[in-house]
Amino acid sequence: MLSTLQPPRSLTLLPFRRLHGSKTIASLASSSPTLDASSVSPPQSQILTTRRSLLSGETTASEIAKSYLSRIRLTEPQLKCFLHVSENVLKEAQEIDQRISRGEEVGPLAGVVIGVKDNICTEGMPSTAASRILEHYRPPFDATAVKKIKEMGGIVVGKTNMDEFGMGSTTEASAFQVTANPWDLTRVPGGSSGGSAAAVAANQCMVSLGSDTGGSVRQPASFCGVVGLKPTYGRVSRFGLMAYASSLDVIGCFGSTVADAGMLLHAVSGYDRFDSTSSKQDVPEFESQFLSMDSFESKPLKGVRVGLIRETLEEGVDSGVRSATQEAASHLEALGCLVTEVSLPSFSLGLPAYYVIASSESSSNLSRYDGVRYGNQVMADELNKLYDCSRGQGFGGEVKMRILMGTYALSAGYYDAYYKRAQQVRTLIRKDFKAALDHNDILISPAAPSAAYKIGEKKDDPLAMYAGDIMTVNVNLAGLPAIVLPCGLVEGGPSGLPVGLQMIGAAFDEETLLKVGHIFEQTLNGSGFVPPTLPNVA
Amino acid sequence: MSTTLFRTIQPNHFTLLTTALLRTRTKTSRHISVRCQTSTTTQQPRTSAPKNHGSNKLDEILKDYEAVIGIETHVQLSTSTKAFCSCPNSYGSHPNTSICPVCMGLPGALPVLSSKVVDFGVRLGLALNCSLSLKSKFDRKQYFYPDLPKGYQISQFDVPIASGGYVDVDIPLEFGGGHRRFGITRVHMEEDAGKLLHSDAGDYSQAMIVSKLDLVDLNRAGVPLLEIVSEPDMRSGVEAAEYGSEMQRIVRYLGVSNGNMQEGSLRCDVNISIRPIGQPEFGTKVEIKNLNAFSAMSRAIDYEITRQALLYNQGQADKIVTETRLWDEGAQKTVTMRKKEGLADYRYFPEPDLPEVILTQEYVDSIRASLPELPEAKRRRYEAMGLGIQDVLFLANDVSVAEYFDEVIGKGADVKSAANWLMSDIAAYLKNEELSISDILFELLAKGGTVQGMIKEKDLITDPVEIEKMIMKVISESPKQLEQYRSGKTKLQGFFAGQVMKMSKGKANPALLNKILLEKLNAKE
Repeated sequence: MLSTLQPPRSLTLLPFRRLHGSKTIASLASSSPTLDASSVSPPQSQILTTRRSLLSGETTASEIAKSYLSRIRLTEPQLKCFLHVSENVLKEAQEIDQRISRGEEVGPLAGVVIGVKDNICTEGMPSTAASRILEHYRPPFDATAVKKIKEMGGIVVGKTNMDEFGMGSTTEASAFQVTANPWDLTRVPGGSSGGSAAAVAANQCMVSLGSDTGGSVRQPASFCGVVGLKPTYGRVSRFGLMAYASSLDVIGCFGSTVADAGMLLHAVSGYDRFDSTSSKQDVPEFESQFLSMDSFESKPLKGVRVGLIRETLEEGVDSGVRSATQEAASHLEALGCLVTEVSLPSFSLGLPAYYVIASSESSSNLSRYDGVRYGNQVMADELNKLYDCSRGQGFGGEVKMRILMGTYALSAGYYDAYYKRAQQVRTLIRKDFKAALDHNDILISPAAPSAAYKIGEKKDDPLAMYAGDIMTVNVNLAGLPAIVLPCGLVEGGPSGLPVGLQMIGAAFDEETLLKVGHIFEQTLNGSGFVPPTLPNVA
Repeated sequence: MSTTLFRTIQPNHFTLLTTALLRTRTKTSRHISVRCQTSTTTQQPRTSAPKNHGSNKLDEILKDYEAVIGIETHVQLSTSTKAFCSCPNSYGSHPNTSICPVCMGLPGALPVLSSKVVDFGVRLGLALNCSLSLKSKFDRKQYFYPDLPKGYQISQFDVPIASGGYVDVDIPLEFGGGHRRFGITRVHMEEDAGKLLHSDAGDYSQAMIVSKLDLVDLNRAGVPLLEIVSEPDMRSGVEAAEYGSEMQRIVRYLGVSNGNMQEGSLRCDVNISIRPIGQPEFGTKVEIKNLNAFSAMSRAIDYEITRQALLYNQGQADKIVTETRLWDEGAQKTVTMRKKEGLADYRYFPEPDLPEVILTQEYVDSIRASLPELPEAKRRRYEAMGLGIQDVLFLANDVSVAEYFDEVIGKGADVKSAANWLMSDIAAYLKNEELSISDILFELLAKGGTVQGMIKEKDLITDPVEIEKMIMKVISESPKQLEQYRSGKTKLQGFFAGQVMKMSKGKANPALLNKILLEKLNAKE
């Protein structure tokens, strides 16, 4: 069934794709991309394919929904991507089919099966942010992003697992379950949007929503070999997104292609009167950027200025990741880009500043979880004990640690040394990015210093885990848009592990990222990053 | 212990002086109520003194000390919605009926500022002669309490919308008269918290666990407030009460609030310290809360000055500690509510969910141009017309009286005669009938007719004996509430008044009702 919905995705690695191991550094892309001679057709948008096949009557929304549900049933025991699967999927799909059969118009996302991160409110469906303190909580309203998806005919298939309240980089900090990486079940999918990334990688849903506070969409996209899009701060309404760090949080999109991530972003973007930090900037029609390969010129990215961030290839970055990034830069050059190295002097200051700001804001944002109005309340005979017990038993260790750090950083006498100073660093980082983007259309870097690591590997070493965020946090501090897309494989797992390339754009210029990302993806030899470990569904 | 030291203090019962011309209506009023001439005129001139000190001796002691008084005033704004969501801002609805995900602090909900709040902030800032911050911001003030849904209050910390102003007041003649100017440190915008409904079951926290939803009422959560912080410029209860009255007049003139103290729309917290005259440093600051009327404020301050002066005088200045004290209306004294152990750390930081508040000069100018004539300007204008200060204070006290007066003289009436007619004939008549002036004047203006006819039409029960009967019945039926009232929960006055109103089917003359009710409630058995 699925084969009619999507291009045949190779289940074995293509013979000419070589791994970026520590010793076997090899070229993934040929030095001059052959736009016509690829033995495998490039990945195609599942949203567009769905739209086409529904409108042509080739298939029905119900059939599509059924096939995804059965795939979830089959793969979920190993992967554990979902905290909740909706009971209404088939009903909603049938409604779409009825509308089509009556000749009525359907929305641009009609029949698209969408996973939603569990910290994004869905009316009547559990939304817990993977926290014990919100176990069984069902919000009375949809997040604006979810509302838009539903209005356009999208089907919310379920709520995806995550690190509790978005605090973590592995999805191990979920209060309920640990999600496995579809490329290697012994490895983490990344985090905090690990469930959303792994679900798309394993084709449990076509696209998904995540949230990105310091890299929570981009790093799991890299670990799972999917496209992760973090929009400009303010592009997507945060209304209904359970706040972790309000000045950094954005809702982001996952897809198996750049086009899917872009079209999902288009659907959820725009000003929202319920979020006064959302932007009134126009949302361009991204779809026109997703041309088919046949229409590409020989140098389709001619004149695009690309800055490779020098600081992201220095010590602490795996050599496989480094070489994959350099290969990606060569590929961009071959497509006509002008690639130069750029330096961001404030780069290394970002990580500590990020952790101060994010922890500070989270210590405040999580105050509302006091057990008084909703969520789990522990009986106690006096007020302070009620707070102590409800919060003590409701929050996990990582969350408590960040609340403590944030409370400390905001305390009288420490505020200037921590929070205020971190904000000054933030200004510096913004300036450096601005300067670099004045001379370049996009900046590139690895998405993470390594590919996916083993479950449990960094569990007792939070600093090592935090250090893994170094590639992504600066982008949040500057509020810029960025896309991560798979660019190669490194050794590890049964058949290699994906590595993501991060492209960073100027504020509200997602368009350029999507254009460059799409052409990069479509021209990469051996396209089709499909995890090898999962059973196929016939 | 101060409690043992002051056990001999005789409380003064609340009595209305004959100079009070007009009475207060209850909160059920559809109109803005008219207060006493100035509320300070209803108070006893001097506070009570311990029996074992002759008042001469007490005066001897007091003259060596100077009180330093600053006031924080919270003004609940009469916007149609709450500050950060579109819930109706309505007083007296059933608990938790005016709430939404935003003011309940549900996960994922975000605040959106109502422009009306800024509007009112600018109006009040300009009326208080402040300079405005063209760029201000909101901050989060963080603490845990069940009536604070988000665990923080959205407020303004280091950049308030207005700062550095002043207010001019006239002290009534019976308190020595004279003109004063008090500094205004700042005016800032913030949101109100909800209310804990104290159940009869006892401790609220226990009750809350049994039935939490019944006992936290979030209707008030998110209602917009302006907090006005004064400079520590007041030196006596009379000055403080006059400052408070002027705030009330100003917010009513501006139309930003109904200024009703009983409903809590205007709340004054007093900070007071005393020091030996000549000493440059301030003494230890004590905060007084639960002041439901300016007369209470004046008496509470004078009581507190006396208490602190006696402690100084007896070499026990160390017994004056940083604390919050409550004014006990029943006992006519201040009592410790909570000692402050060190400074509370509210961990303020800029509210990331709200953009900065940017004002343009044109916007400020347009608001300035739309300001009405304010009480001080009215008083000076009436004075310049040749009216005596007592007439001036009476006429400018209430915006409806002032507007009526202006209209009357605008139609060519002689200033002196119009003032006399309003102050003597009309006011006296209304006083006899225990009515407030706004009950009838505007209807009179609109419909014509006579004052007497208007009162008859309203068909109010104005017989004190009949009203007293109903009051006594309600009191005897509510022994628990009476006990609570007498132990200091004076807000229960509203409960009693409501019950009597109910019994009379809304026909009891509210001013008369409240007067008799207070006498009965404060009477010793």
